[in-house]
Amino acid sequence: MAIESLPNPALPSRSGPSLGFLTATPIIALATICLTLVILSAIFAPWLTSHDPQLLAPALRLKPASSEYLLGTDAYGRDVLARILYGGRISLLIGLGAAVTSIVIGLFIGLFSGFFKLADAVMMRVMDGLMAMPGVLLAIAVVSLSGATLTTVLIAITIPEIPRVARLVRSVVLSAREEPYVEAAISLGSSMPKIMWKHLMPNTVAPLIVQGTFIAASAILTEAILSFLGAGISPETPTWGNIMAEGRAFFQVKPSLIFWPGLLLSIAILSVNLIGDAARDALDPRMKQREAGK
Amino acid sequence: MSELVNPTVNTRPIALEIENLVVGVGKSGTGKKIIDGISLQVRQGETLCVVGESGSGKSVTSLSTMGLLPRDSLKAIGGSIKLVGEDVLQASDRRLRELRATTMAMIFQEPMTALNPVVPVGKQIDEVLRTHTSLGASARRARILDMMEQVRLPDVKRIFASYPHRLSGGQRQRIMIAMALVLEPKLLIADEPTTALDVTTQAQILKLMRDLQKDHGTAVLFITHDMGVVADIADRVAVMRNGRLVETGALKDILSAPTQDYTRNLLSSVPSLIPRAAREEVGFNPVVLEANELGKVYRERSMFGKPREVHAAQDVTLTLRKGRTLGIVGESGSGKSTVARCIVRLIDPTSGGIRLAGREISDLSRHALQPHRKKIQIVFQDPYRSLNPRITIGESICEGPINFGTKHSVAMARARELLELVGLPPDAVSRYPHQFSGGQRQRIAIARALALDPEVLVADEAVSALDVSVQAQVLRLLDDIQTRLGIAILFITHDLRVAAQICDDVAVMQHGRVVEQGPAAEVLANPQQPYTRQLLDAAPGRGWDFANFRAVDGSTTVPAA
Repeated sequence: MAIESLPNPALPSRSGPSLGFLTATPIIALATICLTLVILSAIFAPWLTSHDPQLLAPALRLKPASSEYLLGTDAYGRDVLARILYGGRISLLIGLGAAVTSIVIGLFIGLFSGFFKLADAVMMRVMDGLMAMPGVLLAIAVVSLSGATLTTVLIAITIPEIPRVARLVRSVVLSAREEPYVEAAISLGSSMPKIMWKHLMPNTVAPLIVQGTFIAASAILTEAILSFLGAGISPETPTWGNIMAEGRAFFQVKPSLIFWPGLLLSIAILSVNLIGDAARDALDPRMKQREAGK
Repeated sequence: MSELVNPTVNTRPIALEIENLVVGVGKSGTGKKIIDGISLQVRQGETLCVVGESGSGKSVTSLSTMGLLPRDSLKAIGGSIKLVGEDVLQASDRRLRELRATTMAMIFQEPMTALNPVVPVGKQIDEVLRTHTSLGASARRARILDMMEQVRLPDVKRIFASYPHRLSGGQRQRIMIAMALVLEPKLLIADEPTTALDVTTQAQILKLMRDLQKDHGTAVLFITHDMGVVADIADRVAVMRNGRLVETGALKDILSAPTQDYTRNLLSSVPSLIPRAAREEVGFNPVVLEANELGKVYRERSMFGKPREVHAAQDVTLTLRKGRTLGIVGESGSGKSTVARCIVRLIDPTSGGIRLAGREISDLSRHALQPHRKKIQIVFQDPYRSLNPRITIGESICEGPINFGTKHSVAMARARELLELVGLPPDAVSRYPHQFSGGQRQRIAIARALALDPEVLVADEAVSALDVSVQAQVLRLLDDIQTRLGIAILFITHDLRVAAQICDDVAVMQHGRVVEQGPAAEVLANPQQPYTRQLLDAAPGRGWDFANFRAVDGSTTVPAA
C-alpha cells in the first residue's frame, strides 16, 4: 500500500467513441444493414438501372411491373424503380446535409452562448423565437419566398433544427465549464478559443452524434412532406416525397407508386432512428462515468 | 475506549456474526472476488469499526449484511451472515424487508440523498412506523417526537414538519439516526456517517451515537476510513484491505500494538495533530503573495426590495513568503475556497487587493492578467475531475508552457522531467487520466501546475479526496518540491492534522473572516480564539498519536467534544 502501483500499460487508451454499438443487438445490426443498402443503392443508382428517371414517355404511362420496368412506370411513363433509386440520392443528401449544417452552426452558437453571458442572453432569445415557429411552416415560407431549389430546401429544413442543437451544446458547455479541468486551463493561461475547442467542444461530440441522427431522419421526412405538399424541389427531380405526391392521384389504380417510395422512406428513417438510439445508449455520459469508476 | 465501555462486553449476546463471507462480481458472483473470506462479530452494545482505504470492501460488507448488494453486479457466493442467529443470505426478500427495519438499520454518508426531498422528515420517519407497527397516528407521532428529542434536535415540532432542504447537514444526519433507531433495531450499520460533515458537527454526531448506544444497547457496525473517528468511537476494530481482513482486535491493542505491517503503515500515515516545527527562515525571503482586505460579496438580485448580500469573504489579509507554506483552515462555508479562487482569479474579488510577486493583479482584466497567470498555479481537490479525460497526460502538462510560447517538443521533454519529479514514469506522457489512480492523478495535476515554474502554488483541498497512505505520500511530495524549488504554497484544508504537518503559518477562517492567524506551532498548539479551540477540540482522535502508536499524554480517555 505504501507504494502505489504503477499504471497498467495493458489498459486501452480512450480514443473517441467506438462504432461497436452498430452491432449491439440483432435489430440494430439489421438497421445498420438496411441503411447501408439504401445508401449504396442511391450512390450506385446509375449502375443499378439503365433508365433515365426524368425521361418522359407518354406512350408507356402506368405500365405494370415487367422485366423491363421492374416496378412499372408512372403517369408520365418514367421508370418507377429508377425514380426511387435516384430519389434516394436527394432525400439522403438532404438528411445528411441538414444534419451536418445544423450541427456545425448550432455548435458554434451553443459554444458561444454557453461561454459568454452577454451573447447567451441575445442568442438564446433568438433561438426561443425560432423554436416557437412550426418547422414545416417556416420551411414553406422560406421556399415560397426564395424558390424551390435543392439549396433553399436544405436551408429551409436546417433552420428550425439549429435551435435544438444550440440548446443542447449550450447545456453541455454550461456544465462542462464548471469542471476543474476547465478552471485549470484558465489558470494555465489558455485562451478562450483554445479552451472552447480543446476542453469544451469534445464533450459535445457524443450528444451531437445522437442528435445528428435524429435530425437526419426528421429532415428526410420534412423534405418528403414539403415535396408532397408541392412546396419542395420541382416535381421533375425525383425525391421520395415527389414520387409519392405524383402517385397520390393514381393511388387507387396503381398503389405501388406510393407504396415503394413510402417503404424505402420508412426503412431509411426507422434505421437512422434505431442507430441513433443505439448511439445514445452507447455514448450516454452516465454510462461513461460509471466506467471511469469513482 | 475499550476499558471505558462495559468490561463485561464479551459475554453479551452476539448481534451480528459474519462468517467466511465471499462476494464475487457478476450476476452469479463468479467474477473477481471483492470480499474474500471475511469473518466478523459484533455483540450487543458494542461498536465494531471496520476501517480500510477505498477499494478495501468495507462498504460491500455492510451492504451484504443489509441484503442491499446490487443484484446484477455483485453476489454473495459463500459464508453466512447471521443476524441474531438468522442467516440474512438465506432470507427471502419479504423477510429481509422486515428485518431491515426491525432488527437492523443503516445510516449513510450523505444524509441529503438518503432522505426524500419532497416529503417532510417527520412523515418519512412515520412511514417506518406505519409499515412495521400497528400504532395509531397519535401514538406514532408521540414516539417520533420522543425519538427526535433523543437525537437532540431542537424545536422538534417544527422540524417534524420540515422538508430535508430546510435542515443543516448535521440535523439531517440526526433525522437519519432517529429513523434508524425508532424501531429499536439490534444492529445499526453506519457507513461513513460523518464523512460529509464538518468536524464540529462530526464530534457532536459521534457523541450522540455513543450516548444512544449506551441507552439502547444497540450493536453498531461502523464503517470509516478515518483513524481519528475510529479512536473516538470504536470498542473493537477490524482492518480491511483488498477484500480481506488484515487484523482485528480491541481498539487499544490495534492502535498501540498493531501486529500487521499494513496496519502499522496505515497508522503511521495519519498526520499528527501536534504541529511540526516551522522551518527555519534562511536569510530574507521576499513576499511573493499578499492579499489585502480581500472581499467577495455575492448579490442575489430580487425583483422586489433590496438585493440580498452574502459575504463569502471579508477583509482577508494574508502574506506568503517564498519557500513557505501558509495554510487556510476552516469548515465548509468559511470562505477558504473563495479566497483561494479569488487569489488565482478564477473569480473576481469585489474588494481589496492581491499582490503577486510585487504586482497588483486584482484589478487586471482577463487579457492583461494572462502574463501573470504563470506565476500562480492551482491544484484542485478532485483528482478525477481536474484532468481532461480526453487528453493525454503529456498534452495536459504541456498546455501551460505552450500557452506561453514554448515549443511543443521542448514542453514535452519538460513534461517527462516533471513526471519523474513527482514520482511517475516519464512514459506516462502518452497515457490517459483514467489509467491512473487518484493519488497518481494528483501527482500529475501537481506536475501540470509546476510546468509553468510558478512562484506560488495554491493547493485547494488537494489531499482531501485521497486515502490516508496516499495522502501522506502526496504531502511528502509537496514538501520535497518546496525544498527543491523554493516555491511558496498556499494550502487550503479543512483537516487540522494535515495543516499541522505541512504549514509554517496558519490562518483560521470562519464565516468569511480570518479569526486567527500566525505560526502553525502557535495557533494549533496554543490557540487564542475560542473558535480555533473549538475546532481543535472537535478534531477526531485527538487523544492518540497514531504514528507513534501511543496515547497523547499517556491518557487513553477521549475528551468530550
